[in-house]
Amino acid sequence: MVASDLNIILPEILLALFSMAALLGAVYTSKDALARPLVWLTAAVLTLVAIWIALASPGGTGFDGMIVKDGFAQFAQVTILLSAAVVLIMGQDYMERTGLMKFEYPILITLASIGMMVMVSSGNLLTLYMGLELQSLSLYVVASLRRDNVKSTEAGLKYFVLGALSSGLLLYGISLTYGYTGTTDFAGVIAAAQDGEIPIGLLFGLVFMISGLAFKVSAAPFHMWTPDVYEGSPTPVTAFFATAPKVAAMGMFARVVHDAFGGVVGDWQQIVALLSVLSMFLGAVAAIGQRDIKRLMAYSSIAHMGYALMGLAAGTAGGVEAMLLYMAIYVVMNIGTFAFILSMSRDGVETTDIASLKQFSDKQPGKALALLVLMFSLAGIPPMLGFFAKLAVLQAAVDAGLVWLAVLGVIASVIGAFYYLRIVYFMYFGEAEDTVDGDMPAVQWVALSGAAIIMVIGIVNLFGLEGIAAAAAATLVN
Amino acid sequence: MIGLEHYLTVAAALFVIGIFGIFLNRKNVIIILMSIELMLLAVNINFVAFSGFLGDLTGQVFTLFVLTVAAAEAAIGLAILVCFFRNRGTIDVEDVNVMKG
Repeated sequence: MVASDLNIILPEILLALFSMAALLGAVYTSKDALARPLVWLTAAVLTLVAIWIALASPGGTGFDGMIVKDGFAQFAQVTILLSAAVVLIMGQDYMERTGLMKFEYPILITLASIGMMVMVSSGNLLTLYMGLELQSLSLYVVASLRRDNVKSTEAGLKYFVLGALSSGLLLYGISLTYGYTGTTDFAGVIAAAQDGEIPIGLLFGLVFMISGLAFKVSAAPFHMWTPDVYEGSPTPVTAFFATAPKVAAMGMFARVVHDAFGGVVGDWQQIVALLSVLSMFLGAVAAIGQRDIKRLMAYSSIAHMGYALMGLAAGTAGGVEAMLLYMAIYVVMNIGTFAFILSMSRDGVETTDIASLKQFSDKQPGKALALLVLMFSLAGIPPMLGFFAKLAVLQAAVDAGLVWLAVLGVIASVIGAFYYLRIVYFMYFGEAEDTVDGDMPAVQWVALSGAAIIMVIGIVNLFGLEGIAAAAAATLVN
Repeated sequence: MIGLEHYLTVAAALFVIGIFGIFLNRKNVIIILMSIELMLLAVNINFVAFSGFLGDLTGQVFTLFVLTVAAAEAAIGLAILVCFFRNRGTIDVEDVNVMKG
């Protein structure tokens, strides 16, 4: 019994042991001189664990249902680990250039990844909370990694305060859920909350939990931390925030609403649909005035979370499938875009002003073309992969009878296309000013062009992702 | 007779005070940290009250975990605050405003 339980969380245990060994090893030897090899080693370990999880057969539940390693958990964990590994390698050059190459960085990323793995595979509100906190506490620290910089520490402080507030809301919801169902087990909660009629206290608990979760996925109206944290954090950390934690938070959201409250879809569907609409429109409208590309990407991610939530709002297996597909494609697009943002510099000084992209296509046609493909994909313009991601969630919403939601989604997408296309316009038709001229390390170039190529050739069969996502969604919703 | 609803009322009141402490406070970031702690402790009262009422230990176990996490959270929050103070020279809430928009 013990062996089978431990076997189920073996990847997490090994990663935790690795991070602690790395921490001890680095402290007792050469400290920051070890950071560079440690980044590569961590990325290699994360990738290996991801492959291991991908190849393993779904292991069922462990620790009396506290950990659920179903197909859904596998899909989310592999996405999380791979994106964490890619972001680690991608940001390495930037970290060295800015003197941020500290050995704590890969270790904190590993710990956050473990937290995220627990979040998406939790079968109990207790494991969910502990996973969430492990992730959040690590991320508060990496946000303020550049600790001699006002912006970075301010980003960390804001992230901490609002993150703690959202944890508090989630926890209050958990306590009410526990009180009115008598258990923290998802299986127990879903047995108590059936057929649409739930006690008012449990409804309060559900609403509080959704508010807390909406903070974590940065859905409007709980998005206010996102732009500041994205802008202030060191760019590789921003790239990380935009990818793995978003997948983990969406996975956790899906777990709570389907695994624990799957019997009362009507009670949360309206709330999630509202969050979705607000996020899509806020992300589309507020990004128009932004001049800083990191802030722009923050609003872009708010809008994208709106679309992912649209899949969740459908409340069906098809909706969860669309959401998983959307998140996987979203992560690839963001990795490509941030690989480019990491390389933006002028005369050796980092810049994030989008005006510095004017006439960029004259200098670097290859990179400009790759960014153009990614921007089209982010905007959801066919035939890029981003279009099919949006199509999947819209289809799921229509199938679930939420036609109004799909219509609003299309309108928001048209508004949002403006700021992506403006970047393209600057690159190809802008009046030349102080254009970025920095060189791009090979790793970032590979990430940028790789993401762009995936956006184009992925449309053939989505790399078979659709079937995997469908199988994963089927294990969550039944 | 003090019943479940009394405990829940106290917890709800403390929780709301905690939230208001975060949003209405214009003075000091330390007060925000105290408010966060107040919210978490209000949740703990909820858990223990429900646990006693239901005759089920899960709630009390949860409380222990929440206490531990709250301690870690406070430590990290204070550490970030110290870094912020070194750069900015102040911890007034009004001065946490380098980034806007």
